[in-house]
Amino acid sequence: MASPTTSAPARGAAARGPGARSSPTRIRRHAPWTPYAFMAPFLVIFATFVLAPAVLGIWMSLHDWDFLLPSRPFVGLDNYTALFDSTSAVFEAFWHGMRATAIFTVASVPFLVAIPLGLAVLLNRRFPGRTFFRAVFFMPYVLGVAVVGLLFRFILDPNIGIVNGLLGTSTPWITAQPWAWISLVAMTVWWTLGFNTIIYLAGLQDIPGELYDAAKVDGASAWQVFRHVTLPGLRTVHLFVVTITILASANMFGQALLVTNGGPGDSTRTALIVMLTEGLESFRMGSAAAMSYLLAVFLGIVSIVQVLAMRERRPRWRS
Amino acid sequence: MTTRMNALTRRRFLTATGMIGAGVALSACGGGSESPGAEPAEGDGGASGYDGPNVELAFWNGFTGGDGPFMQELVDTFNSEHPNIAVTMTVSEWADYYQKVPTAVQSGNGPDVGIMHIDSLSTNAARNVIVPLDDVASALELEAGDFAEAVWTAGEFDGQRFGIPLDVHPLGYYYNKTVLESAGLDPENPPMDRTSYEAALEALASAGIQGHWMSPHPFTGGLTLQSLIWQFGGDLFNADGTEVTWAEDPGVQALTWMVDAVNNGWSAKDVGQDADAIALQNGQTAFNWNGIWHINTLKEVPDLQWGVAPLPNIGGTDAAWAGSHNFVIMRQRTPNEDKLAASRVFINWVSQQSIAWAEGGQVPARNSVRESAEFEALPEQAALAQQVDYLHFPPAVPGIGDVFADFNQALNEAVLLTKEPAAALSEAADRATKKLEENRERYDG
Repeated sequence: MASPTTSAPARGAAARGPGARSSPTRIRRHAPWTPYAFMAPFLVIFATFVLAPAVLGIWMSLHDWDFLLPSRPFVGLDNYTALFDSTSAVFEAFWHGMRATAIFTVASVPFLVAIPLGLAVLLNRRFPGRTFFRAVFFMPYVLGVAVVGLLFRFILDPNIGIVNGLLGTSTPWITAQPWAWISLVAMTVWWTLGFNTIIYLAGLQDIPGELYDAAKVDGASAWQVFRHVTLPGLRTVHLFVVTITILASANMFGQALLVTNGGPGDSTRTALIVMLTEGLESFRMGSAAAMSYLLAVFLGIVSIVQVLAMRERRPRWRS
Repeated sequence: MTTRMNALTRRRFLTATGMIGAGVALSACGGGSESPGAEPAEGDGGASGYDGPNVELAFWNGFTGGDGPFMQELVDTFNSEHPNIAVTMTVSEWADYYQKVPTAVQSGNGPDVGIMHIDSLSTNAARNVIVPLDDVASALELEAGDFAEAVWTAGEFDGQRFGIPLDVHPLGYYYNKTVLESAGLDPENPPMDRTSYEAALEALASAGIQGHWMSPHPFTGGLTLQSLIWQFGGDLFNADGTEVTWAEDPGVQALTWMVDAVNNGWSAKDVGQDADAIALQNGQTAFNWNGIWHINTLKEVPDLQWGVAPLPNIGGTDAAWAGSHNFVIMRQRTPNEDKLAASRVFINWVSQQSIAWAEGGQVPARNSVRESAEFEALPEQAALAQQVDYLHFPPAVPGIGDVFADFNQALNEAVLLTKEPAAALSEAADRATKKLEENRERYDG
């Protein structure tokens, strides 16, 4: 508070002074509170729908919380310790859910990053029908998960599905492992690759053309151009894409619920399905909140590791 | 000048954001301290009609299938006969409905009247979502003798009645007549006991048809397995719902019979969700045990030759799974006597029209309607109604629905041949027992 009250009147006086217009003082483009005014709508929404529920969630996770029951006893960290106690009712469901989420994330992220990157490079070239193909690859992304889920459940049905019908096989696409994971990853890639492709395309268009010209003059091969011009130019975009893709994959929910219904067994019952069942079907909201905080901690760690691993390194050849 | 504005605005801004945040937190916490229970159950329960001022009633349910239009028709008729009551029906998926209703009731935006399945009544009664309806029951002169016993007792919790039964919807035995004929079996007399059922499956198998597709999913496999456990003389839980008994011998025998059907080639492997029902329509299989709601679906399939009968007796005792739709009245934050009175009139009226509802593919809960000539004229429904004396429902224990995820997982693992039936059932029972223990602490405490 001290510095604005002392410095601002001086500036204000100068601005309003007789010589203000002619003197070369700094032109004020906006009032000091303008940035906050611009951020206010977002902050209000953020506080209402993210911050407040997040704080309430911590509170809930310390209680045996059912919003309809009169008694919501404080249980301290019991909801958290139960997740690490192999004799508790939630232990197996939760860790199987975490395992399923981890498997899906590890299996899907490489494809969801590499395929859109390749597509973006192709779609960035000039060829007839380019806009059409850009639209085609983006199109599945606009479909809702319910549409995609139901569609694939019937396409992939082992006995009456069209895939086995056309191939003449009896592959258990959605009723046995590893096929269920392969199906879920493949349909997710088909469904959402358009989004990452668009981001990469925008990133590619930001790489200055001179760099490609210089590479050409130096006689670089196509692979060398990609490796030494395109990839470094996409570094920040890449970091963004990998981060949001990991988070999106870790939040996988609808596909497994609709296509495999968590099966076979509980192998595709992801952490989010477990939390939904615990919180909104069994109404053990304290326990569900504790689960979601534990997942959030894991995702936080993964994100930090990943940002550290991908941050800009000093090129070795300069030292 | 600028400074003061600046400081003020910032402070005001922070205060405003903070207050919004606090408001959200408070409103989320609020309302929970209200006393549990119960509007007083008084009056005549809607028998003498409603002559108060005009009221609007919100009526929520999950009739998203072929039954929805039949209920809407009943609501429309009711509205035209009762000018001072306007009922608005809102339909959502049952799964969403059961999540939405408690939240809406808690925030004071709940409906006035709703439908709940019989196995959800005790949970919602314990959680103060719904209020007792003993007065409606007595006004309708409903007595235990008017209903199948299982339906009647399952609607009671803690000595009070929370649901007015509208219907029962049992599992039925659907058969494709064309397929039976092609395997040299009598399409008008499907096998009704274990020996002839297995012989028929064997005959179908030698004709290249997998006769009964065993679903590894809750619909219809879970309902099939429950029926079989009762047929083999077992049960899912003990009488008061404190112990899980599905891993005992009858449970293992029932699940083993299903798994053997897969191993014997009587069933396809890896049956997907709904694939068993679609296979029957497509003439790929002969038998499907499916809910009574399936009648109207099959009626819409052109040129399909099909029939429906009570479940064949595989295990030795006649038994079948069933659900039941019940009318409930939601707890209101500020009870409105007019609305409560009108709600009771509405429930009373619809309950008396249950023959119209039966056309939607349900068995009326009332014995009198079920034995009427009008109902006998609905051959499919009447066939399934023969099971009414041996239908089973889960015990009226709050939170009993939580453990069906474990039951269905055991089914899934065994029918997909990844676990032995006994091991799958007992592992599921261990998990379920822990949940039941936790629930007892929660709902008693």
